[in-house]
Amino acid sequence: MSDDHSKHHIVQPSTYAAILGALLVFTVLTYYVAFIDLGVLSNFVAMGIAVTKGALVVLFFMHIFYSTRLLWVVVVGSFGWLALMLILTLGDYVTRHWDIQQRIFF
Amino acid sequence: MHSSDHSAHHPALAHHFQDLDQQKDATWLAMWVFLATEIMFFGGLFLAYVIYRSSYPDAFAIASNALNVNMGLGNTFVLIISSFTMAMSVYSAQMGQIGRLVVFLILTLILGSTFLGVKYFEYKDKFESHLVPGRHFDFAHHHDPKTGELLEGAHSESANKATEAHSSGHSEKAKREIQIFFSLYFAMTGLHAFHMIIGAGLLTWLIVLALKGRFSREYNSPVELVGLYWHFVDIVWIFLFPLLYLIGRHHHG
Repeated sequence: MSDDHSKHHIVQPSTYAAILGALLVFTVLTYYVAFIDLGVLSNFVAMGIAVTKGALVVLFFMHIFYSTRLLWVVVVGSFGWLALMLILTLGDYVTRHWDIQQRIFF
Repeated sequence: MHSSDHSAHHPALAHHFQDLDQQKDATWLAMWVFLATEIMFFGGLFLAYVIYRSSYPDAFAIASNALNVNMGLGNTFVLIISSFTMAMSVYSAQMGQIGRLVVFLILTLILGSTFLGVKYFEYKDKFESHLVPGRHFDFAHHHDPKTGELLEGAHSESANKATEAHSSGHSEKAKREIQIFFSLYFAMTGLHAFHMIIGAGLLTWLIVLALKGRFSREYNSPVELVGLYWHFVDIVWIFLFPLLYLIGRHHHG
C-alpha cells in the first residue's frame, strides 16, 4: 500500500504465476473428479472447485485482495445480490408443488 | 492545491479529480459497478440452468455427454493462460514497460482468438450433428464423441427413457428436455463468446493506444479496466465448463 509514487499496490509476476499454477491444477482436478461417481457430492465438489478458482481470480488477478474497503463492499455486494436472487428463487421452487419435478440438489 | 505534486499536472488527469490516485479509485469503482450488472446478466442464465437441471437431471446428464469435453478442457486452459498474460499486461503497464505491455496484449489477443476458433468448430459440429434446438433437432442416433457408442445405450435408467422414445409417446418428452439443455448451452456459451469478441476488440484498441505511446507508469487505467473485464469473462467460463461439459461424465465410469 505504501509506494513512493502511488498508494496502489502492484501485484508481482511471481504472485500471478503462483495463481496461474493453482488454477491449472484445479482445472485438472475438476476434470478427473468428474469421472468419479460421488453421488450427491459430485455437484458440491465441482462447484467448490469452481468457487475457489473464481475467488483466486477475483482476489489476485483482479487485485481485490489489495483493494480499498469501498471496493470490497462493492464486490461482496455484487456476489451477494447474485446469491440473493438464486436463494430466494430456489427457495420458492423447492417449497412448492408445481407439476415440475421436485429434485433440487438431487 | 498540491502544486508540488507531479501528478497534478499530468495530461491524463481529468480536471474533476484531485490526483491520479483518486482518479484511479473512481475508475475501479465504476468498473466494478458495471461488473455487478454483468454478474446479474449471466446470473439469470445460471438460475435458469439450475432450475431446469434440477427438474430434468437425467436428460441434462445425457445431453452433457454429447459435448466435446476435450475441446472444453483445452479451452479452459487457453482462457486461464490468457488471464495470466492479461495480468502480466497490467503489471507491464504499471511498471511503464510499454514494449512488454504490447507483447503481453498480443499474446492475450492470440489466446482469446484461439478460444473463439475452438468454439467455432464446436458450434459447427453441433449444427452438423442436429444438436441445435429447433425442427431439425435429432438426438436419437447421436454417438458419444469419445467412445463412439450410442449415448442412449450407455445409460440404464435414463437410456430407456430416451430409447422408448422412438416407439412410445415418451420420446417427445425426452427430446424436449434434451433440447432445453442445448438451448441453455447455446445461450450461455453464446453470450460468453459474445463477451470474448468484445474483449478481443478492446485488446486491439489497447494495442493501438500502447503503440501510440498513450500509456505510462502514471496512466494506464484502460489496461487495468480491460483486465478486470477479461478476468470476469474468465470467471464465467470457470463455472460454465463443469456445469455444461462435466455433469454427465461419471455415468461412463
